[in-house]
Amino acid sequence: MAKVIFIESSNAEHCVEAEPGRTLMQIAVDNMVPGIYGECGGACSCATCHVYVDPEWQARLPARSSDEAFMLEGAQEPNEHSRLCCQVKMYEELDGLVLRIPLSQG
Amino acid sequence: MSSAREIAVIVGAGHAGAEVVAALRQNAYAGRIILIGDEAELPYRRPPLSKNYLSGEASRESLLIRSAAAYDKLEVECWIGTQVLAIDRVKKNILLSDGRIQAYTKLVLATGGRPRKLPDPAADKSNVHYIRTLADIDRLQSGFAKGKHLLVIGGGYIGLEAASVGIKNGLQVTVLEAAPRVLARVAAPEISAFYERAHRTRGVDVRTGISVQAFHGEQQVEAVQLSDGSELQVDLVIVGIGIVPNDELARSAGLEVNNGIVVDTFARTRDSDILAVGDCANHVNGFLTRLIRIESVPSAQEQGRTAAHSICGKDIPHVAVPWFWSDQFDLKLQMVGLSQGYDRLVLRGDLASESFSAFYLRNGIVLSVDAVNRPQDFMVAKRMVAERVQVDPQALADESISLKSLLPAA
Repeated sequence: MAKVIFIESSNAEHCVEAEPGRTLMQIAVDNMVPGIYGECGGACSCATCHVYVDPEWQARLPARSSDEAFMLEGAQEPNEHSRLCCQVKMYEELDGLVLRIPLSQG
Repeated sequence: MSSAREIAVIVGAGHAGAEVVAALRQNAYAGRIILIGDEAELPYRRPPLSKNYLSGEASRESLLIRSAAAYDKLEVECWIGTQVLAIDRVKKNILLSDGRIQAYTKLVLATGGRPRKLPDPAADKSNVHYIRTLADIDRLQSGFAKGKHLLVIGGGYIGLEAASVGIKNGLQVTVLEAAPRVLARVAAPEISAFYERAHRTRGVDVRTGISVQAFHGEQQVEAVQLSDGSELQVDLVIVGIGIVPNDELARSAGLEVNNGIVVDTFARTRDSDILAVGDCANHVNGFLTRLIRIESVPSAQEQGRTAAHSICGKDIPHVAVPWFWSDQFDLKLQMVGLSQGYDRLVLRGDLASESFSAFYLRNGIVLSVDAVNRPQDFMVAKRMVAERVQVDPQALADESISLKSLLPAA
Protein backbone atom coordinates (compact mmCIF):
# COMPACT_ATOMS: atom_id res chain seq x y z
CA MET A 1 0.00 0.00 0.00
CA ALA A 2 1.04 3.60 -0.51
CA LYS A 3 2.93 5.25 2.32
CA VAL A 4 2.99 8.75 3.78
CA ILE A 5 5.78 10.00 6.00
CA PHE A 6 4.96 12.36 8.87
CA ILE A 7 7.96 14.00 10.51
CA GLU A 8 7.64 15.54 13.98
CA SER A 9 9.47 18.75 14.87
CA SER A 10 11.89 16.54 16.84
CA ASN A 11 12.62 14.79 13.49
CA ALA A 12 10.95 11.59 14.64
CA GLU A 13 9.55 9.93 11.52
CA HIS A 14 6.30 8.05 11.14
CA CYS A 15 6.06 6.14 7.88
CA VAL A 16 2.47 4.96 7.73
CA GLU A 17 0.24 3.03 5.34
CA ALA A 18 -2.08 5.40 3.54
CA GLU A 19 -5.32 4.08 2.15
CA PRO A 20 -6.40 6.00 -0.95
CA GLY A 21 -9.63 7.93 -0.45
CA ARG A 22 -9.02 8.67 3.23
CA THR A 23 -7.84 12.14 4.15
CA LEU A 24 -4.28 12.64 5.33
CA MET A 25 -5.71 13.67 8.71
CA GLN A 26 -7.66 10.40 9.03
CA ILE A 27 -4.54 8.49 8.06
CA ALA A 28 -2.54 10.30 10.74
CA VAL A 29 -5.23 9.69 13.37
CA ASP A 30 -5.54 6.01 12.41
CA ASN A 31 -1.83 5.67 12.88
CA MET A 32 -1.52 7.68 16.08
CA VAL A 33 0.81 10.24 14.57
CA PRO A 34 1.51 12.62 17.48
CA GLY A 35 0.50 16.25 16.97
CA ILE A 36 -2.23 15.59 14.43
CA TYR A 37 -5.44 15.82 16.43
CA GLY A 38 -8.13 16.53 13.84
CA GLU A 39 -10.43 17.79 16.58
CA CYS A 40 -13.18 18.98 14.26
CA GLY A 41 -13.13 15.73 12.32
CA GLY A 42 -12.34 17.34 9.00
CA ALA A 43 -14.79 20.25 9.03
CA CYS A 44 -11.93 22.69 8.42
CA SER A 45 -12.72 24.36 11.72
CA CYS A 46 -9.79 23.78 14.06
CA ALA A 47 -6.40 23.70 12.31
CA THR A 48 -5.18 20.93 14.64
CA CYS A 49 -3.95 18.97 11.62
CA HIS A 50 -1.62 21.65 10.24
CA VAL A 51 1.40 20.28 8.35
CA TYR A 52 4.14 21.59 6.07
CA VAL A 53 4.24 19.76 2.76
CA ASP A 54 7.70 18.95 1.51
CA PRO A 55 8.27 21.45 -1.34
CA GLU A 56 8.82 18.77 -4.00
CA TRP A 57 5.34 17.40 -3.35
CA GLN A 58 3.48 20.65 -3.14
CA ALA A 59 2.47 20.95 -6.79
CA ARG A 60 0.89 17.50 -6.73
CA LEU A 61 -1.63 18.42 -4.06
CA PRO A 62 -4.97 20.01 -4.92
CA ALA A 63 -5.18 23.74 -4.26
CA ARG A 64 -6.36 25.13 -0.92
CA SER A 65 -9.98 26.20 -0.59
CA SER A 66 -10.56 29.73 0.69
CA ASP A 67 -11.66 28.36 4.09
CA GLU A 68 -8.48 26.38 4.40
CA ALA A 69 -6.37 29.36 3.36
CA PHE A 70 -8.12 31.56 5.94
CA MET A 71 -7.70 28.99 8.71
CA LEU A 72 -4.02 28.70 7.89
CA GLU A 73 -3.63 32.47 7.89
CA GLY A 74 -4.51 32.45 11.59
CA ALA A 75 -2.62 29.25 12.46
CA GLN A 76 0.63 29.26 14.39
CA GLU A 77 3.70 29.67 12.15
CA PRO A 78 2.07 29.20 8.75
CA ASN A 79 4.20 29.33 5.62
CA GLU A 80 3.72 28.78 1.90
CA HIS A 81 3.99 25.00 2.40
CA SER A 82 1.23 24.87 5.02
CA ARG A 83 -1.80 22.64 4.57
CA LEU A 84 -4.59 21.33 6.75
CA CYS A 85 -4.24 17.65 6.12
CA CYS A 86 -7.97 17.01 6.65
CA GLN A 87 -8.52 18.81 3.36
CA VAL A 88 -6.31 16.53 1.27
CA LYS A 89 -7.41 13.05 0.22
CA MET A 90 -4.83 10.36 -0.34
CA TYR A 91 -4.36 8.92 -3.83
CA GLU A 92 -1.85 6.39 -5.17
CA GLU A 93 0.40 8.98 -6.80
CA LEU A 94 1.06 10.55 -3.39
CA ASP A 95 2.98 7.41 -2.36
CA GLY A 96 6.01 8.64 -0.43
CA LEU A 97 4.54 12.05 0.43
CA VAL A 98 6.47 13.82 3.19
CA LEU A 99 4.65 16.03 5.71
CA ARG A 100 6.24 17.91 8.58
CA ILE A 101 4.41 18.69 11.81
CA PRO A 102 4.79 22.21 13.22
CA LEU A 103 6.65 22.74 16.49
CA SER A 104 3.51 24.21 18.06
CA GLN A 105 1.73 20.87 17.65
CA GLY A 106 4.40 19.12 19.69
CA MET B 1 5.27 3.20 34.46
CA SER B 2 2.35 0.92 33.76
CA SER B 3 2.76 -2.84 33.84
CA ALA B 4 1.40 -5.33 31.33
CA ARG B 5 -0.78 -6.78 34.08
CA GLU B 6 -2.85 -3.62 34.39
CA ILE B 7 -6.26 -3.34 32.77
CA ALA B 8 -7.77 -0.03 31.70
CA VAL B 9 -11.49 -0.30 31.01
CA ILE B 10 -13.18 2.59 29.24
CA VAL B 11 -16.95 2.68 29.43
CA GLY B 12 -18.35 4.59 26.50
CA ALA B 13 -17.11 4.49 22.92
CA GLY B 14 -17.76 8.08 21.85
CA HIS B 15 -15.27 10.83 21.10
CA ALA B 16 -13.94 10.95 24.67
CA GLY B 17 -13.52 7.18 25.03
CA ALA B 18 -11.85 6.88 21.63
CA GLU B 19 -9.36 9.56 22.62
CA VAL B 20 -8.57 7.90 25.95
CA VAL B 21 -7.55 4.61 24.33
CA ALA B 22 -5.38 6.29 21.71
CA ALA B 23 -3.74 8.61 24.22
CA LEU B 24 -3.04 5.69 26.57
CA ARG B 25 -1.04 3.93 23.88
CA GLN B 26 0.63 7.17 22.83
CA ASN B 27 1.78 7.48 26.41
CA ALA B 28 3.17 3.94 26.36
CA TYR B 29 0.50 2.34 28.52
CA ALA B 30 1.57 -1.30 28.57
CA GLY B 31 -1.56 -2.89 30.03
CA ARG B 32 -4.66 -4.30 28.46
CA ILE B 33 -7.17 -1.75 27.13
CA ILE B 34 -10.87 -2.54 26.80
CA LEU B 35 -13.24 -0.04 25.21
CA ILE B 36 -16.90 -0.79 25.87
CA GLY B 37 -19.74 0.84 23.96
CA ASP B 38 -23.47 0.22 24.14
CA GLU B 39 -24.03 1.14 20.48
CA ALA B 40 -23.28 -1.46 17.82
CA GLU B 41 -20.63 0.82 16.29
CA LEU B 42 -16.95 1.54 16.62
CA PRO B 43 -16.35 5.11 17.82
CA TYR B 44 -17.66 7.57 15.25
CA ARG B 45 -17.94 11.32 14.88
CA ARG B 46 -21.25 12.68 16.10
CA PRO B 47 -21.15 16.27 14.77
CA PRO B 48 -21.98 15.23 11.16
CA LEU B 49 -25.15 13.49 12.39
CA SER B 50 -27.03 16.79 12.34
CA LYS B 51 -25.09 18.07 9.32
CA ASN B 52 -23.77 16.23 6.28
CA TYR B 53 -24.73 12.74 7.45
CA LEU B 54 -28.34 13.79 7.87
CA SER B 55 -28.26 15.44 4.44
CA GLY B 56 -26.99 12.20 2.92
CA GLU B 57 -23.66 13.66 1.76
CA ALA B 58 -21.37 11.85 4.19
CA SER B 59 -21.03 8.07 4.18
CA ARG B 60 -21.28 5.95 7.29
CA GLU B 61 -17.65 4.85 6.93
CA SER B 62 -16.42 8.43 6.79
CA LEU B 63 -17.76 8.98 10.31
CA LEU B 64 -15.48 6.39 11.92
CA ILE B 65 -12.88 8.10 14.09
CA ARG B 66 -10.46 5.24 13.43
CA SER B 67 -10.69 2.18 11.26
CA ALA B 68 -11.24 -1.24 12.86
CA ALA B 69 -7.69 -2.15 11.84
CA ALA B 70 -6.35 0.81 13.80
CA TYR B 71 -7.75 -0.59 17.07
CA ASP B 72 -6.17 -3.96 16.33
CA LYS B 73 -2.87 -2.25 15.78
CA LEU B 74 -3.28 -0.33 19.04
CA GLU B 75 -4.18 -3.59 20.76
CA VAL B 76 -7.42 -2.12 22.00
CA GLU B 77 -10.30 -4.55 22.51
CA CYS B 78 -13.53 -2.97 21.37
CA TRP B 79 -16.55 -4.53 23.02
CA ILE B 80 -19.36 -2.84 21.17
CA GLY B 81 -23.05 -3.49 21.66
CA THR B 82 -22.28 -4.11 25.33
CA GLN B 83 -23.71 -2.31 28.33
CA VAL B 84 -22.14 -1.90 31.72
CA LEU B 85 -24.69 -2.47 34.45
CA ALA B 86 -22.76 -1.91 37.65
CA ILE B 87 -19.40 -1.08 39.17
CA ASP B 88 -18.06 -2.91 42.21
CA ARG B 89 -15.51 -0.46 43.56
CA VAL B 90 -14.35 -2.76 46.32
CA LYS B 91 -13.59 -5.73 44.06
CA LYS B 92 -12.65 -3.36 41.22
CA ASN B 93 -14.77 -4.97 38.57
CA ILE B 94 -17.77 -4.21 36.39
CA LEU B 95 -20.84 -6.23 35.51
CA LEU B 96 -21.73 -6.41 31.82
CA SER B 97 -25.11 -6.85 30.14
CA ASP B 98 -24.11 -10.32 28.93
CA GLY B 99 -23.54 -11.40 32.52
CA ARG B 100 -19.76 -11.29 32.42
CA ILE B 101 -17.70 -9.67 35.12
CA GLN B 102 -14.58 -7.77 34.06
CA ALA B 103 -11.85 -6.64 36.42
CA TYR B 104 -10.16 -3.24 36.04
CA THR B 105 -7.11 -1.48 37.37
CA LYS B 106 -8.34 1.88 36.10
CA LEU B 107 -11.88 2.61 35.00
CA VAL B 108 -12.75 5.57 32.78
CA LEU B 109 -16.38 6.59 32.53
CA ALA B 110 -17.00 8.19 29.15
CA THR B 111 -20.70 7.50 29.12
CA GLY B 112 -21.75 10.70 27.37
CA GLY B 113 -25.27 11.99 27.45
CA ARG B 114 -28.67 11.21 26.04
CA PRO B 115 -31.18 13.61 24.50
CA ARG B 116 -33.56 15.22 26.94
CA LYS B 117 -36.97 13.84 26.03
CA LEU B 118 -40.23 15.68 25.75
CA PRO B 119 -42.18 14.94 28.92
CA ASP B 120 -45.51 14.44 27.11
CA PRO B 121 -46.12 10.70 26.40
CA ALA B 122 -48.21 11.77 23.38
CA ALA B 123 -44.90 12.80 21.78
CA ASP B 124 -43.57 9.26 22.05
CA LYS B 125 -44.39 8.35 18.44
CA SER B 126 -42.50 6.81 15.53
CA ASN B 127 -42.13 10.11 13.64
CA VAL B 128 -40.72 12.01 16.62
CA HIS B 129 -36.94 11.96 16.53
CA TYR B 130 -33.89 12.89 18.57
CA ILE B 131 -30.37 13.34 17.23
CA ARG B 132 -27.60 11.66 19.13
CA THR B 133 -26.67 8.37 17.49
CA LEU B 134 -26.26 6.87 14.03
CA ALA B 135 -29.31 4.72 14.79
CA ASP B 136 -31.30 7.91 15.45
CA ILE B 137 -30.48 9.20 11.96
CA ASP B 138 -31.06 5.86 10.27
CA ARG B 139 -34.49 5.81 11.90
CA LEU B 140 -35.33 9.33 10.82
CA GLN B 141 -33.91 9.34 7.31
CA SER B 142 -36.77 7.52 5.57
CA GLY B 143 -39.24 10.24 6.59
CA PHE B 144 -36.78 13.03 5.90
CA ALA B 145 -37.99 13.57 2.36
CA LYS B 146 -38.64 16.42 -0.02
CA GLY B 147 -41.94 18.24 0.51
CA LYS B 148 -42.53 16.87 4.02
CA HIS B 149 -43.26 19.27 6.84
CA LEU B 150 -40.55 19.04 9.46
CA LEU B 151 -41.20 20.52 12.87
CA VAL B 152 -38.07 21.23 14.89
CA ILE B 153 -38.61 21.68 18.60
CA GLY B 154 -35.74 23.66 20.12
CA GLY B 155 -33.75 26.49 18.59
CA GLY B 156 -30.32 25.39 19.77
CA TYR B 157 -27.46 24.25 17.55
CA ILE B 158 -28.85 20.76 16.90
CA GLY B 159 -32.28 22.12 15.99
CA LEU B 160 -30.93 24.88 13.76
CA GLU B 161 -28.54 22.52 12.01
CA ALA B 162 -31.35 20.03 11.38
CA ALA B 163 -33.53 22.87 10.08
CA SER B 164 -30.82 23.95 7.68
CA VAL B 165 -30.39 20.41 6.34
CA GLY B 166 -34.16 20.15 6.05
CA ILE B 167 -34.31 23.20 3.78
CA LYS B 168 -31.34 21.93 1.78
CA ASN B 169 -33.14 18.62 1.21
CA GLY B 170 -36.39 20.31 0.16
CA LEU B 171 -38.46 19.93 3.29
CA GLN B 172 -40.77 22.57 4.64
CA VAL B 173 -39.36 23.54 8.05
CA THR B 174 -40.77 25.17 11.17
CA VAL B 175 -38.58 25.79 14.22
CA LEU B 176 -40.18 26.38 17.61
CA GLU B 177 -38.17 27.89 20.44
CA ALA B 178 -39.78 28.35 23.85
CA ALA B 179 -37.36 31.13 24.87
CA PRO B 180 -37.78 34.60 23.36
CA ARG B 181 -34.87 33.95 20.98
CA VAL B 182 -32.90 31.08 19.45
CA LEU B 183 -29.50 30.19 20.94
CA ALA B 184 -30.59 32.08 24.06
CA ARG B 185 -28.40 30.04 26.39
CA VAL B 186 -25.18 30.57 24.49
CA ALA B 187 -25.22 33.66 22.30
CA ALA B 188 -25.75 37.41 22.55
CA PRO B 189 -29.15 38.75 21.46
CA GLU B 190 -27.49 40.25 18.36
CA ILE B 191 -26.24 36.81 17.30
CA SER B 192 -29.59 35.18 18.00
CA ALA B 193 -31.27 37.83 15.85
CA PHE B 194 -28.73 37.23 13.10
CA TYR B 195 -29.44 33.49 13.06
CA GLU B 196 -33.20 33.97 13.17
CA ARG B 197 -32.97 36.28 10.17
CA ALA B 198 -30.57 33.99 8.33
CA HIS B 199 -32.93 31.05 8.76
CA ARG B 200 -36.00 33.03 7.78
CA THR B 201 -34.45 34.41 4.59
CA ARG B 202 -33.56 30.84 3.64
CA GLY B 203 -37.09 29.62 4.12
CA VAL B 204 -37.33 28.41 7.72
CA ASP B 205 -40.43 29.44 9.65
CA VAL B 206 -38.75 30.40 12.95
CA ARG B 207 -41.11 31.03 15.85
CA THR B 208 -39.84 32.06 19.26
CA GLY B 209 -41.51 32.41 22.65
CA ILE B 210 -43.81 29.57 21.73
CA SER B 211 -44.15 25.94 22.70
CA VAL B 212 -46.19 22.85 21.94
CA GLN B 213 -49.24 22.39 24.15
CA ALA B 214 -50.47 19.10 22.70
CA PHE B 215 -49.47 16.41 20.22
CA HIS B 216 -52.27 14.92 18.10
CA GLY B 217 -52.24 11.65 16.20
CA GLU B 218 -52.54 7.93 16.85
CA GLN B 219 -49.55 6.05 15.42
CA GLN B 220 -47.73 9.22 14.48
CA VAL B 221 -47.86 12.85 15.47
CA GLU B 222 -49.98 14.42 12.73
CA ALA B 223 -50.54 17.86 14.23
CA VAL B 224 -49.44 19.94 17.18
CA GLN B 225 -51.34 22.49 19.17
CA LEU B 226 -49.21 25.55 19.98
CA SER B 227 -49.25 27.79 23.03
CA ASP B 228 -50.70 30.67 20.97
CA GLY B 229 -53.73 28.51 20.18
CA SER B 230 -52.78 27.77 16.58
CA GLU B 231 -52.33 24.31 15.12
CA LEU B 232 -49.64 22.96 12.78
CA GLN B 233 -49.86 19.87 10.54
CA VAL B 234 -46.57 17.96 10.64
CA ASP B 235 -45.01 14.93 8.94
CA LEU B 236 -42.07 14.53 11.24
CA VAL B 237 -40.66 16.11 14.37
CA ILE B 238 -37.05 16.54 15.46
CA VAL B 239 -36.51 17.44 19.09
CA GLY B 240 -33.32 19.20 20.17
CA ILE B 241 -33.80 20.43 23.72
CA GLY B 242 -30.50 19.48 25.27
CA ILE B 243 -28.88 16.41 26.69
CA VAL B 244 -28.86 14.72 30.07
CA PRO B 245 -25.53 13.34 31.31
CA ASN B 246 -25.35 9.56 31.68
CA ASP B 247 -24.17 9.56 35.28
CA GLU B 248 -26.37 6.83 36.76
CA LEU B 249 -23.65 4.16 36.72
CA ALA B 250 -21.40 6.45 38.75
CA ARG B 251 -24.23 7.43 41.09
CA SER B 252 -25.08 3.80 41.85
CA ALA B 253 -21.44 3.17 42.58
CA GLY B 254 -21.53 5.88 45.23
CA LEU B 255 -19.42 8.38 43.30
CA GLU B 256 -20.19 12.08 43.58
CA VAL B 257 -22.68 13.13 40.93
CA ASN B 258 -24.03 16.62 40.37
CA ASN B 259 -25.08 17.48 36.82
CA GLY B 260 -22.63 14.81 35.70
CA ILE B 261 -19.85 12.85 37.34
CA VAL B 262 -17.76 15.20 39.45
CA VAL B 263 -14.03 15.00 38.69
CA ASP B 264 -10.96 17.09 39.42
CA THR B 265 -8.67 18.79 36.95
CA PHE B 266 -6.93 15.46 36.32
CA ALA B 267 -10.24 13.79 35.39
CA ARG B 268 -10.30 11.75 38.62
CA THR B 269 -13.29 11.09 40.80
CA ARG B 270 -12.69 10.78 44.55
CA ASP B 271 -11.96 7.13 43.84
CA SER B 272 -8.57 7.63 42.25
CA ASP B 273 -8.97 4.47 40.15
CA ILE B 274 -12.10 5.81 38.49
CA LEU B 275 -11.99 8.73 36.08
CA ALA B 276 -14.64 10.45 33.99
CA VAL B 277 -14.39 12.40 30.74
CA GLY B 278 -16.54 14.07 28.12
CA ASP B 279 -20.21 15.05 28.15
CA CYS B 280 -20.87 13.04 31.33
CA ALA B 281 -18.14 14.75 33.36
CA ASN B 282 -18.67 17.79 35.53
CA HIS B 283 -14.99 18.57 35.58
CA VAL B 284 -12.64 21.23 36.87
CA ASN B 285 -11.42 23.21 33.91
CA GLY B 286 -8.17 24.91 34.93
CA PHE B 287 -8.62 27.72 32.43
CA LEU B 288 -12.10 28.60 33.69
CA THR B 289 -11.03 27.65 37.26
CA ARG B 290 -14.35 26.06 38.07
CA LEU B 291 -16.46 22.95 37.78
CA ILE B 292 -18.23 22.78 34.46
CA ARG B 293 -19.88 20.24 32.21
CA ILE B 294 -19.22 21.01 28.55
CA GLU B 295 -20.89 19.37 25.57
CA SER B 296 -18.16 19.72 22.99
CA VAL B 297 -16.10 17.32 20.94
CA PRO B 298 -12.76 19.14 21.37
CA SER B 299 -13.34 19.34 25.10
CA ALA B 300 -14.17 15.63 25.25
CA GLN B 301 -10.95 14.85 23.42
CA GLU B 302 -8.86 17.11 25.66
CA GLN B 303 -10.37 15.49 28.74
CA GLY B 304 -9.63 12.09 27.22
CA ARG B 305 -5.98 13.01 26.90
CA THR B 306 -5.97 14.36 30.46
CA ALA B 307 -7.35 11.05 31.78
CA ALA B 308 -4.79 9.05 29.81
CA HIS B 309 -1.97 11.17 31.24
CA SER B 310 -3.32 10.68 34.76
CA ILE B 311 -3.48 6.90 34.28
CA CYS B 312 0.07 6.89 32.97
CA GLY B 313 1.29 8.75 36.03
CA LYS B 314 1.98 12.06 34.28
CA ASP B 315 -0.54 14.37 35.89
CA ILE B 316 -1.19 17.32 33.59
CA PRO B 317 -4.13 19.55 34.56
CA HIS B 318 -6.92 20.10 32.07
CA VAL B 319 -6.71 23.77 31.10
CA ALA B 320 -8.15 23.74 27.59
CA VAL B 321 -10.19 26.68 26.36
CA PRO B 322 -13.57 25.33 25.25
CA TRP B 323 -14.47 25.81 21.63
CA PHE B 324 -17.35 24.77 19.42
CA TRP B 325 -18.51 24.92 15.86
CA SER B 326 -21.78 24.78 13.98
CA ASP B 327 -22.43 24.61 10.26
CA GLN B 328 -25.81 25.89 9.08
CA PHE B 329 -26.49 26.56 5.40
CA ASP B 330 -23.40 28.36 4.09
CA LEU B 331 -22.71 29.84 7.53
CA LYS B 332 -19.60 28.52 9.19
CA LEU B 333 -19.82 29.40 12.87
CA GLN B 334 -16.80 28.89 15.10
CA MET B 335 -16.95 29.79 18.77
CA VAL B 336 -14.30 29.95 21.45
CA GLY B 337 -14.59 30.62 25.18
CA LEU B 338 -17.73 31.07 27.26
CA SER B 339 -19.54 34.37 27.10
CA GLN B 340 -21.27 34.31 30.51
CA GLY B 341 -20.70 37.58 32.33
CA TYR B 342 -19.72 39.68 29.33
CA ASP B 343 -20.39 43.42 29.58
CA ARG B 344 -19.77 44.48 26.02
CA LEU B 345 -20.20 43.00 22.56
CA VAL B 346 -17.97 44.28 19.77
CA LEU B 347 -18.71 43.40 16.16
CA ARG B 348 -15.97 43.20 13.58
CA GLY B 349 -17.46 43.12 10.11
CA ASP B 350 -20.97 43.60 8.93
CA LEU B 351 -23.87 41.38 10.03
CA ALA B 352 -25.58 41.93 6.69
CA SER B 353 -22.57 40.58 4.79
CA GLU B 354 -22.85 37.34 6.81
CA SER B 355 -19.15 37.46 7.50
CA PHE B 356 -18.30 38.92 10.90
CA SER B 357 -16.91 38.16 14.33
CA ALA B 358 -18.56 39.01 17.63
CA PHE B 359 -16.22 39.59 20.57
CA TYR B 360 -17.63 39.23 24.08
CA LEU B 361 -15.63 41.41 26.47
CA ARG B 362 -15.56 41.82 30.21
CA ASN B 363 -13.58 44.79 31.49
CA GLY B 364 -11.98 44.97 28.06
CA ILE B 365 -10.75 41.35 28.20
CA VAL B 366 -11.84 38.95 25.48
CA LEU B 367 -13.98 36.25 27.11
CA SER B 368 -15.28 34.59 24.00
CA VAL B 369 -15.74 35.05 20.27
CA ASP B 370 -18.31 33.89 17.74
CA ALA B 371 -16.90 33.99 14.21
CA VAL B 372 -19.32 33.64 11.30
CA ASN B 373 -17.60 32.86 8.00
CA ARG B 374 -14.42 34.33 9.49
CA PRO B 375 -12.01 31.43 9.97
CA GLN B 376 -9.11 33.85 9.76
CA ASP B 377 -10.46 35.78 12.77
CA PHE B 378 -11.26 32.61 14.66
CA MET B 379 -7.72 31.35 14.81
CA VAL B 380 -6.55 34.66 16.29
CA ALA B 381 -9.60 34.78 18.55
CA LYS B 382 -8.63 31.43 20.06
CA ARG B 383 -5.34 32.94 21.15
CA MET B 384 -7.00 36.12 22.44
CA VAL B 385 -9.30 34.10 24.67
CA ALA B 386 -6.61 31.70 25.84
CA GLU B 387 -4.23 34.56 26.68
CA ARG B 388 -7.00 36.72 28.20
CA VAL B 389 -5.97 39.57 25.99
CA GLN B 390 -7.14 43.08 26.85
CA VAL B 391 -8.13 44.94 23.70
CA ASP B 392 -9.21 48.37 22.64
CA PRO B 393 -12.82 47.89 21.48
CA GLN B 394 -12.42 50.56 18.79
CA ALA B 395 -9.40 48.80 17.31
CA LEU B 396 -11.22 45.48 17.46
CA ALA B 397 -14.10 46.85 15.40
CA ASP B 398 -11.78 48.54 12.91
CA GLU B 399 -11.13 46.18 10.03
CA SER B 400 -8.27 48.29 8.74
CA ILE B 401 -6.34 47.12 11.81
CA SER B 402 -5.20 43.51 11.60
CA LEU B 403 -6.49 41.28 14.35
CA LYS B 404 -3.11 39.64 14.82
CA SER B 405 -1.60 43.05 15.59
CA LEU B 406 -3.86 43.22 18.66
CA LEU B 407 -2.20 40.18 20.20
CA PRO B 408 0.58 40.98 22.65
CA ALA B 409 4.00 40.68 21.08
CA ALA B 410 5.35 37.17 21.57
